[in-house]
Amino acid sequence: MSDDRQSPKASQLMPLWEVFIRPRTGLAHGHVGSVHASDEVMALQAARDVYTRRGEGVSIWVVPSASITASDPDQRDENFDPSASKIYRHPSFYDIPDDVGHM
Amino acid sequence: MTRRDDLLTLLLRLGDDHLILGHRLSEWCGHAPMLEEDLALPNMALDLIGTARMCYGYAAEIEDDGRTEDDYAFLRDGTEFRHMLMVERPNGDFAFTILRQFLFAAYMHPVWDGLTKAADQRLADHAAKAVKEMAYHIRHGGEWVVRLGDGTEESAGRMLAALDDLGPYLGEMFERDETADRLVAAGLLPDPAVVRAAFDNMVARTFAMAQLPPLDVTTGISGGRAGRHGEVLGHLLAEMQFMQRAYPGLTW
Repeated sequence: MSDDRQSPKASQLMPLWEVFIRPRTGLAHGHVGSVHASDEVMALQAARDVYTRRGEGVSIWVVPSASITASDPDQRDENFDPSASKIYRHPSFYDIPDDVGHM
Repeated sequence: MTRRDDLLTLLLRLGDDHLILGHRLSEWCGHAPMLEEDLALPNMALDLIGTARMCYGYAAEIEDDGRTEDDYAFLRDGTEFRHMLMVERPNGDFAFTILRQFLFAAYMHPVWDGLTKAADQRLADHAAKAVKEMAYHIRHGGEWVVRLGDGTEESAGRMLAALDDLGPYLGEMFERDETADRLVAAGLLPDPAVVRAAFDNMVARTFAMAQLPPLDVTTGISGGRAGRHGEVLGHLLAEMQFMQRAYPGLTW
């Protein structure tokens, strides 16, 4: 489009929302994808229609994608490599008592 | 007319309303204005077709003449269909589709709600499922009606045009005849006054939020319950019934 009027862009009218679903058997909401919607109510509906068609969930969260602060891919090495040498942080060397429940 | 005949008439009216509207909705698959609605509209189509299957399956058991649900859907001619004319109208634009869906759900929700206490266990059991589906169709359609009606000049204009196009067909929802009166008396349909009040209340609240004029449901074009349909039904059936007509008895 060459016409550059001040009409809002599609990305402003229908911004992106990140969708999180809590599965029937799960305890936490997990990220499943994203939808376009004009506002949070429509985003919840779109998320329901797109991501729960096969009985995937019992609860939905939607968050404006613009609200997410992401780590810098350029800092990946310094962020994540130092943990690679600390295998003792994995609780695989211990017996977990039954009454601890979910770890 | 026996109770059996009336129940059959009811199952065909309900089944045909849901099948034909379900087919109309399914026509959006791959054509909706955005991916989210491309999934939402066929989702709802499947809800409606599920109800049609229950109705035809039950009718087939009652008639017990060897026909199955597929015969009712795919081997009847237009004059044998008993749906309201509003459900066979072409989809038009997204505003028309959404408005029709909202109004149909606003009407069917109290019908199914009443039928959860129907004097027929099969109907009552299905009603418990259908009432939840209609609640979601109302929410989905209602939110869109509000955003289109109270949206831009373009979207509001399309909503008003949709109201004009659909208006003459709305009266058929509340038409009464002797069969319907007997069904109410037999506990196989809810009190029409209760249905009408719930419909009016839902529509009034939504239209007020949508900045749309109050809905005026007057007697208009009718005849669907008697099998008098528009030319558009022939085209719909030609597409929907093609496989069974061209390859009789074809199965998956």
